[in-house]
Amino acid sequence: MERMVHPKVYPWRATMGDFIIPNLQKEKIEEFIAENKRLDGRKSDEYRKLVVKDGISENSASAVSVKFGKTEVLAGVHLALAAPYPDSQDQGTFMTNAELHPMASQQFDMGRPGIESVELARVIDRGIRESGFIDFKGLCIKEGEKVWQVFVDIVTINDDGNLLDVAGLASLIALGRARMPIYNAEEDKVEGYSDKGIPLNKDVLSFSMTFHKIGKKIVVDVSKEEEAVSEFRLTIAVGDNGGEPRITAMQKGKSGVITSEDMETILKLVESKWAEMFPKIKEFVLGK
Amino acid sequence: MAVKKNLYTKRESGRAMDEVRPMTAKVGVVPSADGSAIFETGKTKAIAVVRGPRTLHPQHMQNPKNGVLRVNYGMMPFSVEDRIRPGPNRRSEEISKVTEWALSSVVDLSEFPNTVVDVFIQIPQADAGTRVAGINAAAMALAHAGIPMKEMVSAIGVGKIDKSLVVDLDKYEDSLFHDGEGSTDIPMVFTSRTKNLALLQLDGKISIPEFKETIELAKKACEKILVVQMEALKNVNGENGAPKGVPLEGNNG
Repeated sequence: MERMVHPKVYPWRATMGDFIIPNLQKEKIEEFIAENKRLDGRKSDEYRKLVVKDGISENSASAVSVKFGKTEVLAGVHLALAAPYPDSQDQGTFMTNAELHPMASQQFDMGRPGIESVELARVIDRGIRESGFIDFKGLCIKEGEKVWQVFVDIVTINDDGNLLDVAGLASLIALGRARMPIYNAEEDKVEGYSDKGIPLNKDVLSFSMTFHKIGKKIVVDVSKEEEAVSEFRLTIAVGDNGGEPRITAMQKGKSGVITSEDMETILKLVESKWAEMFPKIKEFVLGK
Repeated sequence: MAVKKNLYTKRESGRAMDEVRPMTAKVGVVPSADGSAIFETGKTKAIAVVRGPRTLHPQHMQNPKNGVLRVNYGMMPFSVEDRIRPGPNRRSEEISKVTEWALSSVVDLSEFPNTVVDVFIQIPQADAGTRVAGINAAAMALAHAGIPMKEMVSAIGVGKIDKSLVVDLDKYEDSLFHDGEGSTDIPMVFTSRTKNLALLQLDGKISIPEFKETIELAKKACEKILVVQMEALKNVNGENGAPKGVPLEGNNG
């Protein structure tokens, strides 16, 4: 039987599953990038326009929308009362959850979170947890009994590539703008929000940048098409150490290998992009 | 027995009894989708995304005579004060199904056998009336995607708070008011041209004459909502929207 394909949908996008790029388009993307050009007119080391919108939900401690070009991610923070973990009786707890919602992309399916959601949530969770950005001791209400549990929930709205960086930044901005709830100890319940933020170690803020290798070039802030044709990706979280970039986390993805030349290019890019982006990002997360 | 006084003669929000909350609507909010829309009423926001028609898998679910409409409704974890655990729950599954029935009554997928049209409804911020806001957004997103429809649908929550009949219940009226006869919540969906009911649910206590009156109130409110929906669809190329596939911030941005 002839398969129906909606006239508005490209045939190779008409079903869910992997994002398939025709060979011709792959060649075109690589050819362009070899000349330091990209299909959308950017240079290989150029980010898309960053747009941050606050106040997505006033029912949570914070909820923000972050866009890199057409990629849009929402992140919200909730604080709830919880018991501490046995090995850290005087510290709050933390959980990151990410949903690559099927509304954001033809490729995301309903149902159990796939490996992409799990990796995204774990990389972001580790980045925030291990950097020490959240002051977990400041989230202790009564040692051994009651602490605040911090949830970061990420919902993808539109996927046009580089979800990891966008979702990571959205999480940081949501945490930076989260309001501290008011705890009524007598009645043991939460009564709205105070004007104060949640306890953060502001000087250890770091943000992630993901580099992709396409053809022979290293590219930042990839689009969905570029992401589909890259050999490998390397995500690097970078913080500030007295005006110098300091790496705080890394994750390599995909099966391509990193040559020593690639690494040199990437580390140079880390320095220049960090200098360019960090002040902007710091302002978005922590305010002026 | 003496007749008890009506305890709800003035709305907590200050609105008139038949007054709907301020509404805004916009189409084209998710560039990669075939159709998309956001519908906001007061503090309640709903985003709807349409993907398809696309081949339905697994194959045994395909209908060789008709395309299948599939609705998935969900609230974002940060949409309400107590965090909602991500993933489906009994409430969201039921709402998905009644929404699917309501939309299926006007959508015509006979030209697209063996395909599925997916409608995803997500609630970023909730202040009661999320299912009706979701249906208003979904109807716009379906039209935006160019899915054949016999007519539009518009949705509203009406109800009775103690002895007063009210239109467009907010969270206070829906779940925080318990005095007197309490709160009765009636979501309704009306088709735009034939004025038939495509969705009806009721929770509470109400007399038959009062129920008849709420139908008329809902019909009038839906007429106002339809105007907002149609305006947004007409403005698809204007300030309040963007054509399918074009980013809101312009190229490269």
